Amino acid sequence: MRAVVVTFPGSNCDYDCLQVLRKVMGVDTRFIWHRERDLGDPDLVVLPGGFSYGDYLRAGAIARFSPIVEAVKRYAGRGGIVLGICNGFQILCEAGLLPGALRRNNSLKFRSHDVHVRVETKDTAFTRAYRAGQVLRIPIAHAEGNYIADPATLERLEAEGRVVFRYTTREGARGEGGNPNGSANDIAGIVNAAGNVLGLMPHPERAAEGVLGSTDGLGMFESLVAHCARARVA
Amino acid sequence: MSAYAIEIRVTPRRGLLDPQGKAIQHALDSLGFAGVGEVRAGKLLVIELDADSPDEAAARATRMCEKLLANPVTEDFAIEVGRNAGQPEAAT
Amino acid sequence: MIGAASGGNGSGPAAPEPRPGDPEITPELVADHGLTPEEYNKIVGHLGRTPTFTELGVFSAMWSEHCGYKNSKRLLRLLPTEAPWVIQGPGENAGVIDIGDGYALAFKIESHNHPSAVEPYQGAATGIGGILRDVFTMGARPVAVLDSLHFGDLDSSRVRYLFDGVVRGAGDYGNCVGIPNLGGEAYFDRGYEGNPIINVMCLGIMKREQLIRGEAHGDGNTLMAVGARTGRDGIHGATFASEELGEDSDASRPQVQVGDPFTEKLLLEASLELIRSGHIVGIQDMGAAGITSSASEMAGRSGSGVVIDTALVPVREPGMTPYEILLSESQERMMVVVHRGREEEVRQILAKWELEAAEVGQVTSDGRFRILEDGRPVADIPALPLTEGCPTYEREGIEGEEVRAQREMDLTPYAGGDGDRTADFLRLLASPNLASRRWIHDQYDTTVRTASVIQPGGDAGVLRVRGTRRGIAVTTDCSGRYTYLEPGTGARIAVAEAARNLACAGALPMAVTNNLNFGNPLKPHIYYQLREAVLGMVEACALFETPVTGGNVSLYNETSGTPIYPTPVIGMVGIIEDLERVTRHAFRDEGDAIVLLGRNTDELGASEYLYAMHDIVGGRPPRVDLLAERVLQQALLAMIGEGLLRSAHDCSEGGLACALAESALQEGEDPVGIRVRLADPLPSTALFFGEAQGRAVVSCDPANLERARRLADRYGVPCTKIGTVGAIGGSFIVESADARIEADIREVGAVYFGALPERMDAQ
Repeated sequence: MRAVVVTFPGSNCDYDCLQVLRKVMGVDTRFIWHRERDLGDPDLVVLPGGFSYGDYLRAGAIARFSPIVEAVKRYAGRGGIVLGICNGFQILCEAGLLPGALRRNNSLKFRSHDVHVRVETKDTAFTRAYRAGQVLRIPIAHAEGNYIADPATLERLEAEGRVVFRYTTREGARGEGGNPNGSANDIAGIVNAAGNVLGLMPHPERAAEGVLGSTDGLGMFESLVAHCARARVA
Repeated sequence: MSAYAIEIRVTPRRGLLDPQGKAIQHALDSLGFAGVGEVRAGKLLVIELDADSPDEAAARATRMCEKLLANPVTEDFAIEVGRNAGQPEAAT
Repeated sequence: MIGAASGGNGSGPAAPEPRPGDPEITPELVADHGLTPEEYNKIVGHLGRTPTFTELGVFSAMWSEHCGYKNSKRLLRLLPTEAPWVIQGPGENAGVIDIGDGYALAFKIESHNHPSAVEPYQGAATGIGGILRDVFTMGARPVAVLDSLHFGDLDSSRVRYLFDGVVRGAGDYGNCVGIPNLGGEAYFDRGYEGNPIINVMCLGIMKREQLIRGEAHGDGNTLMAVGARTGRDGIHGATFASEELGEDSDASRPQVQVGDPFTEKLLLEASLELIRSGHIVGIQDMGAAGITSSASEMAGRSGSGVVIDTALVPVREPGMTPYEILLSESQERMMVVVHRGREEEVRQILAKWELEAAEVGQVTSDGRFRILEDGRPVADIPALPLTEGCPTYEREGIEGEEVRAQREMDLTPYAGGDGDRTADFLRLLASPNLASRRWIHDQYDTTVRTASVIQPGGDAGVLRVRGTRRGIAVTTDCSGRYTYLEPGTGARIAVAEAARNLACAGALPMAVTNNLNFGNPLKPHIYYQLREAVLGMVEACALFETPVTGGNVSLYNETSGTPIYPTPVIGMVGIIEDLERVTRHAFRDEGDAIVLLGRNTDELGASEYLYAMHDIVGGRPPRVDLLAERVLQQALLAMIGEGLLRSAHDCSEGGLACALAESALQEGEDPVGIRVRLADPLPSTALFFGEAQGRAVVSCDPANLERARRLADRYGVPCTKIGTVGAIGGSFIVESADARIEADIREVGAVYFGALPERMDAQ
C-alpha cells in the first residue's frame, strides 16, 4: 500500500500523519508538496491538519486553489480514497469535494481537548475496523469546526448514512455535553456520496499510540489498510 | 484603464446564527448601550483594481467573491465600486 | 554591490557624516535614548568623535538593559552555567544540552511583558514567535512551548481583558505554527495589577551535529535578510522594554509589533532546511533591536565585522531612514550568513517556502559594524564595544521597610480554626491561583506533533523523544509573593519546586533557563530583590546541579512608580530515562495507599490561604532546606525507577488539602474519593493549607508500601502513610485531631474546574 500526505504552506499535522502511517501502520508513505500536479498512484491521499495559508480569509479557502487539489479532485473522481483531517476537512469542503462548510466554534474560542465521537456507520472504507455505535476518545484542536449545511443537505447526509462520526457524551448519548463547537446534528465527520472521501474534525492520528493516552484513532488507519489491501487484490 | 477602489462587504448569511455578532451584541448591551438590535460581524475587503469601467470592475469583483472571497454556504457579499481619485491612470 | 566598501581597502572607509534631516545630538536626545552622560562619553571615546543620529540609536539599543544587561550582568555572572551535559551555555539564542542517543535539546525563556501590557493579544503572540525563532535558529525543531503568566486580580475587568487577550494571542500563534503547549503557570495577585508578566519558553530537539550558532565569520560571506519586510513597528522596543510604563502607555501602541504565525511557520521550515543544506554559516532572529542586534551580535561572537547597506533591505513603507531600518522590530525576520557563491541555492530554498530574501551586506574582517545608505556611510562602530562594552553596574541594594513589616506581621489571628473546614477548603480551591487551568489549556493545542505524553495540568509537561525510550519533562515555576516577602527564599523555592515537579514525573532535573522580571533596579529596594533572588538561584541551581544555560532579564516592570513583585521565573528541563516509568499526579486504584513524603510544618506565611481568605500578603515564606529537597528528589526518582509508585504530586500552593484534591480529581472524568487522617499535632489551618516545602503526595499499591518506606529511610526522607484511595465518585475526607474536610468529590470537582470559566465566561 502507498499513501501520500499533502503538505500545504502552513500544514502542521503532515508529519504526524506520516508518522502514524509509516511507523505505526508500516505503510509506504511520502509527502507531496502542494505545488505538484501529479499524485502518482497512491492508495490513499491524506489532507492533514494545520493552518494552510494561515487560515487567512477562511480556513481552507486559499489552499483549495493549490495545483495539487486539482489532482486530488481527479483522483477522488476515479474513486480514490481521500482522508481530510481538521484543516484537511475544511479544504475538502471549500473545494466542493464534501458539502457544507465549517464555521467558527460557537464558543468563539479555539478548543483543544479530547472529545467522544460515536461511529455512526462501520460501512465505509474508513471505519470497518470499528463497531457501529462504538464511542471513540480522540482529541480535537480547532477554532473552526462548527459544521453547517443547508437543511436539504443535512437531511440527505442523514438519510444516506453519510454522517460517519458524531459528537456524543462518553456514554454515547447526544446532547449539549458532547458537542464541542455547535456543529449541526453534532456532526464530527462526513463522507461523500460515493463513500471514498471522508472529512472529520477530530485527529485520529493523535490517538494511535498507547504512549499518547488513546489508541481509539488507530481503527481508522487499520480500516484503510485493510480496505486498500482488498482493493489491490480486486 | 482606471484604478477603482472596490469595497467588498462579506457578512454571515442572513438567518444563520452569527456567534461573533451575538457576543458583540451582548457586550454592547452589558456596557449599557441601549437599543442595540441584531449585530452581524463580517469583514470588509478593500481591493485596488484596474478596469475599463465601473461595471467591468463590479463584474470582476463579483467573480472574485464567488470564487474565493465569500463562502456561498455561509456568507453573503456586497460590492461597492468607487473611483480612487488619488490614483493616476495605471501605468504598465 | 557592497564589495567596494568591504575590508581590504587600504585607506579605509570615510567616517560617516550626519545625514540631512537627522536631529542634532544634544544632551536631551541622549537622555531620550536612555543613555547617561557617562555612557555617552564612553560612546564618544569608542568612536573618537561625536556619534551620528544612527549610531546613537544603535548604541542606545545595544546598551539597553534588554540587550546589554547593564544592571544585571554582574549578578548573572555568578550563576552556575556548566556541566558535562551542557553543549551551549548563556550568550547564544538558546541554551543546549545533551539528552543522549545523539540528540540535543535547545531551550530558552523570554519575556514579553511590556508589549503585552499595551496590546495583550499581539504582545503574547509575538512573544511566542520570538522564542520559537530563538530555538529554531539553533538548528532545533521546536517541540513545545510553555507560558508563565502573572496578572493582577481577576476582579478587575482590565485584568480579565489582558488575561483573555494573552491566552488568545499565545494560543492562536502557537496553534497556527503547530507547536504544542505543555504547560506553564498562571498567577493572579494585585502585585501585578498594572504590569502583567508574560514569559514564554520554548524547547526544540535536534541531532547534535545539527547545532548551528549565531555567528558571522568568513570574510566576504554574504548577509541576507530573510522573511518579512521591515516596517516601522517596534522601533526602539528594546529601549521601550527597559523603561517604566506610564499612564500614557496605551498611547504608545504604534510601537507594538504584529505577529504573522503563517510566515513564522514558513520561516521555521525554511530555516531548518537552510541549516541542513550546509549553505549557511550562521543564522539569527532579528528580535529586539532588529538588524542592529542580530548583525552586531553575530559579528561580535565571531570577532569579525559586518557592512550593511540599508538601501538593500526590503521595506514595507517608503522613506524609511537607516535609523528606522536598523532598529525596526518587525516580526518574522532573520539574518542569515551565507557562504559566498551559494546565494542562489539559498534563494531557491526560500522561494520554495514563498519567502523573500535580499543580500544586504557582507562579513568583513575589520571588526567594525558599518552601515551604509546607498553606499554612503551612516554608521561605523567597532563591533566589540557595541556588543560587549555595555557598561555594567552594581547598584545599591537595601531591603524596603514596608516589606519587612509585612513579613514580620503577626499571623496568629489567622492561624486558628478547627472543626469543619470544608467551606474554607472549597473557597480556597476556587481561588484562581489554585483552580484548574483548563480554561487556558483548552485554547492551546496540546497534542499536535503527537509527542505529548503528559499534557498541561500535571506537575510537569512530558514529551517523548522519538526513536528513543526517553522523555523530556519541563516546567516553569515562580511564586512572586514568596519572592516579594523574602527574595532569596522565593528564588530558592522557585528552583526547588521546579525540580520537585520534574522528579514527581520521574525526570532527573538537568538544566535551567531563567527569566528575571523585576522593577526599576535604580531603586535600592528593587536592586536588593534582584541581588538576593539571583544569589538564591545561584545556591539552589548549584546544589541541584542544574546549570543555567541562558534566559532573559526584564527590568523596569513598573506602572506609575509601582513595581511588580520580583518574579524570577525558572524554566527547568529534565530527562526521563524510560517513558514506561513516567508518573502522573492522579491517584489511580481504589485501595492504594496515600503517602506523604516530607514533613508538615506550622507555617502559614505568604500562603494562598492568607491571600484568598483574608486578603493578606504577609508573613515569612515557608523555609526551604535545599539539601532536604535534593534527597526528596532522589528518593522520588528511586521509587519511580523501581516501579513502586502509582502517582506522585508536588505539594505547594494551597497546601496539602489542595494537593490531595488535585490528585483525587484526576482529569475530572473519574474523580476518586479519598480518606486521609493526619496525625501531626499542628493547627489545622497550617496542616491543611500551609505551604511547607519539601513535600510530595504519592500513592502506591499497599503491597509496595514497605519497599517504598525502606527506600525513603535510606535517603532520610520522612515517609508517612496518611490515607487510602477510595472509589470513583466517593467522598473526599481529610481529617486531623481537631478538624475535618468532607465533601463529595464531584462537588470538589465542580468548584475546581468551574472557578476560572465562571470568572472569565460569565458576562
